[in-house]
Amino acid sequence: MDWVNAIIQGILTGGLYALFACGLSLMFGVMKVVNLAHGDLAVVAGYVAIGVITVTHVPVLWSFLIVVPVMAVLGYVLQRTVIQGALDRSVLTTLIVTFGLSVVIENGLLQFFTANSRAIGTGLGLVRGSFTLGSQIQIGYLLVVIFAVAVVVLLVLQYFLTASKYGRLIRAVADDREAAQLAGADYRHVFGIAAAVAFGTVALAGIAYGMYSQLQPTTGTDTILLFAFAAVVIGGLGSLWGTLLGGIVLGVAQQIGAQINISYEVLAGYLVFLAVLVLRPQGLTSRRAQS
Amino acid sequence: MSTVTEATVRPGEQFRVTRSRRNVAWTGAGALIVVVALALFPYYVGPGTTSVMVQAFIVLTLASMWNLLAGYAGLVSVGQQAFVGLGAYFVLIVALGGISPFAALPVAVISCAVVALPLWWLVSRLRSGYFAIATWVLAATIMLIIEKFSSIGGGTGMPLPGFTGMDPALLTAYTYWAGLIVTVLALAGIYLLLRGRLGLVLTAIRDDEVAARSSGARVGLARLLVFVVAGAGCGGAGAVLAISQLQVQPSAVFSVQWTAEMAFATIIGGLGTIEGPIIGTAVYMVLQQTLASYNAWYLIVLGLVAIVVALFARRGLWGLVDEHLNIRLFPVGFWLRTPSAGRRGARGGTRGAARR
Repeated sequence: MDWVNAIIQGILTGGLYALFACGLSLMFGVMKVVNLAHGDLAVVAGYVAIGVITVTHVPVLWSFLIVVPVMAVLGYVLQRTVIQGALDRSVLTTLIVTFGLSVVIENGLLQFFTANSRAIGTGLGLVRGSFTLGSQIQIGYLLVVIFAVAVVVLLVLQYFLTASKYGRLIRAVADDREAAQLAGADYRHVFGIAAAVAFGTVALAGIAYGMYSQLQPTTGTDTILLFAFAAVVIGGLGSLWGTLLGGIVLGVAQQIGAQINISYEVLAGYLVFLAVLVLRPQGLTSRRAQS
Repeated sequence: MSTVTEATVRPGEQFRVTRSRRNVAWTGAGALIVVVALALFPYYVGPGTTSVMVQAFIVLTLASMWNLLAGYAGLVSVGQQAFVGLGAYFVLIVALGGISPFAALPVAVISCAVVALPLWWLVSRLRSGYFAIATWVLAATIMLIIEKFSSIGGGTGMPLPGFTGMDPALLTAYTYWAGLIVTVLALAGIYLLLRGRLGLVLTAIRDDEVAARSSGARVGLARLLVFVVAGAGCGGAGAVLAISQLQVQPSAVFSVQWTAEMAFATIIGGLGTIEGPIIGTAVYMVLQQTLASYNAWYLIVLGLVAIVVALFARRGLWGLVDEHLNIRLFPVGFWLRTPSAGRRGARGGTRGAARR
C-alpha cells in the first residue's frame, strides 16, 4: 500500500513540476532562450506573493491575481531589454546573461531576506487538509489543486498557442522569424508577449511551491530550475504536454526513491533523468530526436 | 567569420603568416620572470597574503578552464563545480589512505580527467542551453551520491588528514606552491593546446561547424578533449582548494558559486583570449577583497558587471585593451602579413571571439 501511495503522491507532485517546467519549455520553444534565472524568478514571485498577502491582506489563494500580472509585466520588460539584447548578440550571451541574473537574484534575496525559509499561507484548511482513499492513502487537497491548476494552465496555453491571435503570431515567429517579419509581425513584441506568458506560469509555479513547501533563496536553482529541466528533458524537448508527463515521471521516481530511503528522494529523480538522457535523449513523447 | 579572407593576395606577391607582430620570446621571458617572482613570494610575505594568492590561483585556474570551454569550444557549462568537488574528494580519499595530500594532487587531476569521459558521454547529447543545465544537474547528482558515503564524511564532510605534525609555515608555503604549479601548468597547457591542432579545429568549428565537419575536422573529438582538459583543470583547482581549506565539505566544494566565479571572471576579463581570465581574476580578487565584509554583495556586483560586459563589451576588458593597443601577450592566432597590407595585416585564426 505504501508503494501505491508513493506513486499517487508522485503523480500529483508531477503537476507541480509541470508548472515549473512549462515556462522554461515555452521560452526555449519560441525564442531558443534557456532561461537559467527561471527558478529564481519563481522564488521572486513567491516572495512577492508573501509581500502582497502581508500588505493588502488579500486571501492567500487569490494572491496570484496580483502576482501573475506583475510577473508577466516583468517578463515582457526583461525580454524587451536584457534578454532581447543578449539574443541580438549570441545564444552564448543569453546563457551568460540569464546565469548572471540567476546569481544576482539569488544573492540579492539572500542579502535582503536572509537565508530563512518562508512559506505561503500556513494554517489554511485547504493547504493542510487532506482526504483519505481506502484506509492508508492520504491525499492533500493542496496537491490536487496544484495538479488541477497545472492541467488548466497547459490547456489554456495550448488553446492560446493554437487559437488566439497572439498564439498564432508566437508560433509563426518561432517557426520562421524572417517570414513572419516580412508578413508584418514585430517579432520583438511577440517575443515579449511569449515571455510575459512564460513568466505568468513562473509566478504560479513560485506561489504553488511556496504553499506546498518552503521558499529559500537557493530554492530557485537547486529545486525549481533543475526539476523543471529534468521534467522537460524526460518529457521531450519542446513538447507542452510532455512537461506534464516528464513532471509525473520525475515525481513518481522521487516518491519511490523516498519510499526506499527518504534521503534518496532527489537523487532518484536525477537518476531517472540521466537514464532517459542515455536511453531516449529525445524524451518520452517525441518520436524523433531533435538536435 | 575570420577576417583572413579580406586580405586579397595578388599573384606573385610575397606574404607570410606569423603568430604575432611582436616577438613572443619577450612575453615568454616576462612570464618566466613573473612565475619565478611569484614562486619566491612565501619567503617575503606573510601567510595572510599567500592565502589570498592561493584563492587567486584557484579562481584563475577555474576561469582559464571555463574560458577554454565557453570561449574556444562554445560549451557553456554551469556544472564545473562537479570537478571542483571531485578534485577535492579525490584528494580526501587518497589522503585517507595515508598518502600526503600533496602527492594526492596529481592523482586527483588524472582521476577527474578519467571521470570526465563518461560525464561527457552523458551531457554531450544536449546542446547549448540544455547542455548548460544538464551539467548543473550532473553536478548536483554527483554531490548527492558522494553524500551517501559516510566513510568520506557523508553530508557534513570531514577534515583533510595527513597534515598532523607539519610546520604551519611550511604547510602554507607548500600549499602556495601547489596552487602556483597547478595554475602555471593549466595556463601553459591551454596555451600550447590552442596553438596546436586543437586550436585550429576549434576556430574552424566556431566559424562554421558544418563546414568544419565536412572538411574532416573531428568536431566531437575536439569538444571531448576540451571537456576532459577542463575537467582535469577544475579538478586540480578543487584539489588545491581542499588542501588550502584543510577540510572537504560537500555543499561548499560542489557549490554553483564556483561556476559563477569562473564564468564572471572570464567574461569580465574577456572571453576567448588567454589574457582575459588573468585580468578577470584580478578584478574578481579586488572586488572580493574590498567587499569581503558585505557577505554576498561581491557576487551581486560581479554578476551585474558580467551582465553589462556581456551585453556592451563582448570581448571584455582585455578586448578593450586589444582594440586600442593591438597587444596580444599570448598569441594563439595568426597574422597574415603582405607587403601591400603593410603593418595592418589582416588577422584571423584561433584567438577566440572574432570580430563579426
